Amino acid sequence: MKVFVTYLAAFVVWLLLTWSLDPQEVLAGLAVSALATYLTRDLLVELPPSKPFHPKRYLWFLYYIPVFFWHMLRANLDVAYRVLHPEVPIRPGIVKVRTNLKRDISKTMLANSITLTPGTLTVDVVGDFLYVHWINVRTDDPEEQTRIIVRRFERILKEVFE
Amino acid sequence: MSEIGIALISVGLAFDLFGCIGLVRLPDIYNRLQAATKCVTLGTCMILIGVPFYTGLNAIGVKALICAVFILLTSPTGAHALARGSHRSGVPLWEGSVGDKYKEDKEGGVVEEGA
Amino acid sequence: MMWWIFFSVLALSGLLCLYRVGAGPTPPDRTVAIDIFGTLVVGFCALLGIMEGRDFFLNIAIAWALLSFLGTVALAKYLEGRGFDE
Repeated sequence: MKVFVTYLAAFVVWLLLTWSLDPQEVLAGLAVSALATYLTRDLLVELPPSKPFHPKRYLWFLYYIPVFFWHMLRANLDVAYRVLHPEVPIRPGIVKVRTNLKRDISKTMLANSITLTPGTLTVDVVGDFLYVHWINVRTDDPEEQTRIIVRRFERILKEVFE
Repeated sequence: MSEIGIALISVGLAFDLFGCIGLVRLPDIYNRLQAATKCVTLGTCMILIGVPFYTGLNAIGVKALICAVFILLTSPTGAHALARGSHRSGVPLWEGSVGDKYKEDKEGGVVEEGA
Repeated sequence: MMWWIFFSVLALSGLLCLYRVGAGPTPPDRTVAIDIFGTLVVGFCALLGIMEGRDFFLNIAIAWALLSFLGTVALAKYLEGRGFDE
């Protein structure tokens, strides 16, 4: 199952990249995606423990995309404001926040989302804890920090990946 | 449709420029990573998403969209690796920073050195 | 005219990156600047692609994005002082 999903994904990317249905291209694509699947069989796709194809997961993912882009746009306006302001108003520091996500893929997505949203950059992930560089540390309370940084994505990612 | 494309490309270029100004103005490596990664990633993604609006859904547009997905996935990972690498190679935070939990935990043995 | 402005803005951004590559002061600073410069080149290739109406510029952009990522991760690992297998 896992291998089949990897193969299908590789083949679809190949079709989009070549953007033609010429038999030569399709045959080459079948061969190349087989090779890619063989090489990355243990790396890329790891199905969730229960109900990997439940439609609810994909609906949550569709909901995640606009939420993510909205936060990303806000992040960029925030950074643009800080950069263009004559005094460069920043108050940086590294804070430690806790996540409830268990699987590697969901932690990766969470870390990437944190990196691309307002003033935060994941430096390291150790067990359940994320070390996050924050450009404007608003509060010294770890609970409050966790609420601000992690909660807005964690709930959705839990529905998608766990 | 091509007007939407041009608008997206213009906004994207503006964000690219802000990111690079941030790269020059901000005080230390971690802040520079923040500004540069966020702004340049979104800026370039907006340019790439603007391309299919301008050209229509042909080979150019689809490739641009795939490229946007690649950038969205790889750029934060690269920033993360760089931040971790520079922290572990001993680059200090800017002196105006308010705290460094990561350094405290490394010295306290919660995070293994070199693990 | 429009293209002239677009490419000027990109060139200005690129010059700012190159300033950071030259000024440093630490090796990671230079690496960040090179990484960002790579992303700017991807945008540049996309603009060239629509200006010329050829799709192979986008192939260059995709290859450049992936190679720039690999280079950044390799340099980050080097800074950390570790092998590539971990």
